[in-house]
Amino acid sequence: MIRTNKLVKVYRTDEVQTTALNAVDVSIAEGEFVAVMGPSGCGKSTLLNVLGMIDSPSSGEYFFNGEEIGKLPERKRSDVRKHNLGFVFQSFNLIDELTVYENIELPMLYTKVPAAQRKKRVEELMEGMNIMHRRNHFPQQLSGGQQQRVAVARAVVNKPKLILADEPTGNLDSQNGDEVMKILADLNAEGTTILMVTHSQYCAEFGNRIIRMLDGQVVTENVIRQYL
Amino acid sequence: MLSIKNIERFYKTGPLTTWVLRDINLKVSEGEFVTIMGPSGSGKSTLLNILGMLDQPDAGEYLFFDEPVHRFNEKRRSELHKHYIGFVFQAYHLIDELTVYENIETPLLYRGIKSAERKAMIADVLDRFNMVAKKDLFPAQLSGGQQQLVGVARAIIGKPKLLLADEPTGNLHSSQGETIMELFAQLHREGMTIIQVTHNEKNAQYGTRLIQLEDGFVRDDAGVARLNV
Repeated sequence: MIRTNKLVKVYRTDEVQTTALNAVDVSIAEGEFVAVMGPSGCGKSTLLNVLGMIDSPSSGEYFFNGEEIGKLPERKRSDVRKHNLGFVFQSFNLIDELTVYENIELPMLYTKVPAAQRKKRVEELMEGMNIMHRRNHFPQQLSGGQQQRVAVARAVVNKPKLILADEPTGNLDSQNGDEVMKILADLNAEGTTILMVTHSQYCAEFGNRIIRMLDGQVVTENVIRQYL
Repeated sequence: MLSIKNIERFYKTGPLTTWVLRDINLKVSEGEFVTIMGPSGSGKSTLLNILGMLDQPDAGEYLFFDEPVHRFNEKRRSELHKHYIGFVFQAYHLIDELTVYENIETPLLYRGIKSAERKAMIADVLDRFNMVAKKDLFPAQLSGGQQQLVGVARAIIGKPKLLLADEPTGNLHSSQGETIMELFAQLHREGMTIIQVTHNEKNAQYGTRLIQLEDGFVRDDAGVARLNV
C-alpha cells in the first residue's frame, strides 16, 4: 500500500535548518497495524503528515497504491487523500461549533455523499461508538473519551483504507485510551490499515509492527506478530 | 443585541457545588467591542461559551435579538449560532486534514450556500487576508499566526453579527498577535460586534468596554479609553 524512497523533509527558518526526515524508507502492506515510536522531535509526526499527504517532502518519493504522490497534481492528490485516508489526532481536532452529528458528517460533505446516505452512515457510527445520545451536543459538553470516539467516527466515516493516528490516546486517561485502542484494533481486524504514532509501548503493542525513529531516521523495526 | 439576566452556572460533585458563574447580568449592544478579563477560573470562558450558545446556563435568561435562547433546544440554539455567531479559539481549531480553503469553507457547508457563491465568498476573504497563495496548504504547513488568520477567516466567512474570541492571541508571538488584533479593530470599525476574552492588557485596549470577572461575579464593567491604534 505504502512505499517510500529516501524521504527527506527539511524545515528552514531564518537562521536554522532542521532535518525532520533524513532519507526515510518505509513500506506498509495492506492490512497492517504499524506503530511509529521515538522521542519528541525524531520526525515521527512529520512522517505521519507526509504519508497522510497533508505535508509534502522536500525530496524523495512516496508511492501510495503504486502511484507516486509527488507527481500528482494538487487536485488528484486531494482526491486520493479524501477517498482513502482518515485522520485521528491527539487533540481530537473537532469543530467546537458543530454538533457531534455534524462533526462526523463533515468529511462526507467533501466527498459529495448524498444526504440520505450521509444520515444513515452517521447514525450507524454513532450507534457503534455509543454516542447516539450525544448527537446534538457540542464537543466541549463531552468527556475526552467521548470526544475522541467522535473523532474516530469522523476519521472512518468515508471508509478509508488507511487510518493515520497521531497520539490518539495522548490526552486520555487509561480507561478511555484503552477503549480507543480497542476501536482501532477492531477496525484493523475488519481490514483497515493503520499507521499510528505513539509514545506508549502499551499502545504500540496493539499493532503488528513497531518502527522506531531517531533524529529523522528509522533505526529499528520489530515485528510483534505476523498475521499476514 | 443580547442581554442576559441572573445567569448561573455550577457543577455538582456529590454534596459539593462549585460555582462557575453567579448572578451575571449583562447587555451588549450592536457595534460594541467588549473585553472580558479576569484570573484563570473566574468563569470568563464559560461566559463566552454561553453567549456563543455552545454551553447552557443552569439558571437565568438569555435574549439574543429578543429571542429567548434559554428556552431553545440544542438544535435551535445550534441554528442560531450558525447564522449569527463566529468563534475564534486560542488553539485555532483548524482541521489538520483540510486545506486552508476547505477550512474556511466549512461553516458555509452547513448553511446550504451554493457552490458558486461559496467560491466567491472564500475568494474575497482569501484576498482580504492575503492568503490566496496559501489556499491549498494544510495547517501544519503554516505558522501559528497564519493558522489563526485562517481561524479568523473561518469565523467571519458567514458574515456573523457577533464575533466571539477566546484568547485569540494566546498562542502567538507578539507581532503575530498584533496582526490579529488589528484585524479585529478593522472588523469592529466595519460594524461587527465583538466580545473577546483575554489576559492581555494591551489587547483589552482595542475594545470599547472592559468587564472584569472574579470568582464567577462581574466585579467591574466600564468603558475603555481607547488607544489610538
